[in-house]
Amino acid sequence: MNAPTSISERLGATGTANALELRGVSKFFGALAAMEDINLTVRPGERRAVLGSNGAGKTTLFNCVTGDFPSTTGNIRFFGEDITAFPAHERIRRGLRRTYQISLLFTGLSVVDNIYLASVGVSRSRFSFLRPRRDDALMSAAENLVRVVHLDDVKDTVVAELAYGQQRQLEIAMALAGAPRFILFDEPAAGLSPTERAELIEILMGLPGHMGFIIIEHDMDVALRVAESVTMMHNGRIFKEGKPAEIEEDEEVQALYLGDGSHGHG
Amino acid sequence: MAVVDPPTFSSGEAAERLTWAERVPAAYWVLAIVLLVMPAFAGNFVLNDIFGRTFYTGIIALSLMFLAGYGGMVSLVQMSIAGVGGYMVAIFGVSAIDTISLGWPWYVAIPIALVVAVLFGTLAGWLAVRTEGIYTIMITLAIAAAFFYFTRQNYVIFNGFSGFNGVLPPKLFGVDWQQAVPFYYLTLFWAVVCFLVVLYLSRAPFGLALQGVRDNPRRMAALGYNVIGHRVAAYSFAAILAGIGGILQTWNLAQISPGTAGIGPVIDVLIIAVIGGLRHPIGPFIGAFVFVILETFAIDALIAVGLAGDRFQLLIGLGFLVIVFWSPDGILGLWEKLRAARNRDPLLDRGGDAP
Repeated sequence: MNAPTSISERLGATGTANALELRGVSKFFGALAAMEDINLTVRPGERRAVLGSNGAGKTTLFNCVTGDFPSTTGNIRFFGEDITAFPAHERIRRGLRRTYQISLLFTGLSVVDNIYLASVGVSRSRFSFLRPRRDDALMSAAENLVRVVHLDDVKDTVVAELAYGQQRQLEIAMALAGAPRFILFDEPAAGLSPTERAELIEILMGLPGHMGFIIIEHDMDVALRVAESVTMMHNGRIFKEGKPAEIEEDEEVQALYLGDGSHGHG
Repeated sequence: MAVVDPPTFSSGEAAERLTWAERVPAAYWVLAIVLLVMPAFAGNFVLNDIFGRTFYTGIIALSLMFLAGYGGMVSLVQMSIAGVGGYMVAIFGVSAIDTISLGWPWYVAIPIALVVAVLFGTLAGWLAVRTEGIYTIMITLAIAAAFFYFTRQNYVIFNGFSGFNGVLPPKLFGVDWQQAVPFYYLTLFWAVVCFLVVLYLSRAPFGLALQGVRDNPRRMAALGYNVIGHRVAAYSFAAILAGIGGILQTWNLAQISPGTAGIGPVIDVLIIAVIGGLRHPIGPFIGAFVFVILETFAIDALIAVGLAGDRFQLLIGLGFLVIVFWSPDGILGLWEKLRAARNRDPLLDRGGDAP
């Protein structure tokens, strides 16, 4: 891909800015506060897990950061740039990516074409009237990503025919297309078998070091293995932040979330 | 979620080994040869009033099929855009109304006509893309109605009720393009060009992304696509098609008036596209052919069975009902069902999708 500048140059250009910085971000649905006064700082390359029970506001946090729907108050900075007022596609073009809890894929297209579409989205050829040539750079980038997420065997299969776990892997590949700088993973392990979970951890651990991410995950084994830091959310607020070990030991956290082992999925 | 048409550019190695000529289904070759030699055995009436009309009406319906089939946007403004194209060649080019027509040469008038048509289509699209479903239909119908009444009441530019007559194609290469045989080939040429461009575009990034926007706008935004911008661009492109169709129609009838883009013709374009099928660019041409045949011969058929001839719209309406009732995908859908029943189609493994 012919990105105008390399990742490191783009990181350098923004100085010492944080990858993601939220100041006083809230989201109200009518009178209901889905998320209130969130202050969050994530360094470039940092891997953060966001934990919390259902309804804690985790996915709302993602939706506000990516612009799927706008935040009600507060300020969001992405590598130093204020993106609060940007529409979703402008945020994505700056290197932000996300996956969805329920896969949003193009079920009538093949695996590689899904990823190709994702690669085209952040490139200038998104309005191209010309079909890709066989040596098309974006197409070969898509083929590479197919390997990264271990879908080589099914690359020409129509997505509707994929197994659930493979669709989840494709969901991740869609977020990796086009040189992302920071990715939001929304419960990537949900519904995966233990083997698939191991494979997921392998994929996440194998991401380039500069590629920071936030992962929402109910599965502690996955979340605490891939993350260097943890943010606990509860009732739409940030409740605790720390290293995985600290969070695991924390009594309040255990009482709220880890304690009786009844943390549900979905 | 609806299904995006499977693109061919990565559909396995079997397809790659075939040359382009081998990949075109035999039926298309037969059709192409029949259409090319048609003037040898068909009379002027068939060439001009059946096929010429089918081709330019098909082009206008194709612009709707592109928006509705690939973009999920049912636009009723396409006939008005065609009307704009027709009016502009009359106003900038030559017509019998020389007090208004500027009489500029065709190579100036036609590009201006297409540009104005695209501007009009883009503006209509820009207004319409923020709405969905029935509201898109309503807002585009409103624009179409506004255009109809405006042209009927404006005498300074659009010459009001009577419009323009004597709008003729240029005598390029010494050919009178309004004669049956030249006009047949002229419209056939542009129908084929528009058909192939839409077919090609459906698998190019722009068309693929449009289908993605149709199926999953939220995901498309999360991949960096400007969903609104992409939809407006689709309207702009469709306006080129509609403009070409509108200019050809104006030349064929040698006139354009408000009735050309009245509410009736506006709805007809929708009926043609739906009858033919919205899933493949051949659909609008099939629909246009059926529509023209019905409109031309329904009167005789009705009189033959002792009914009033002016009830031909009844036949069209019934035909529309029958097709929509049995096959939401139009005649194309019926065709595919038939082939599925006979189990002769090697493409059916791909879910019966259009070739």
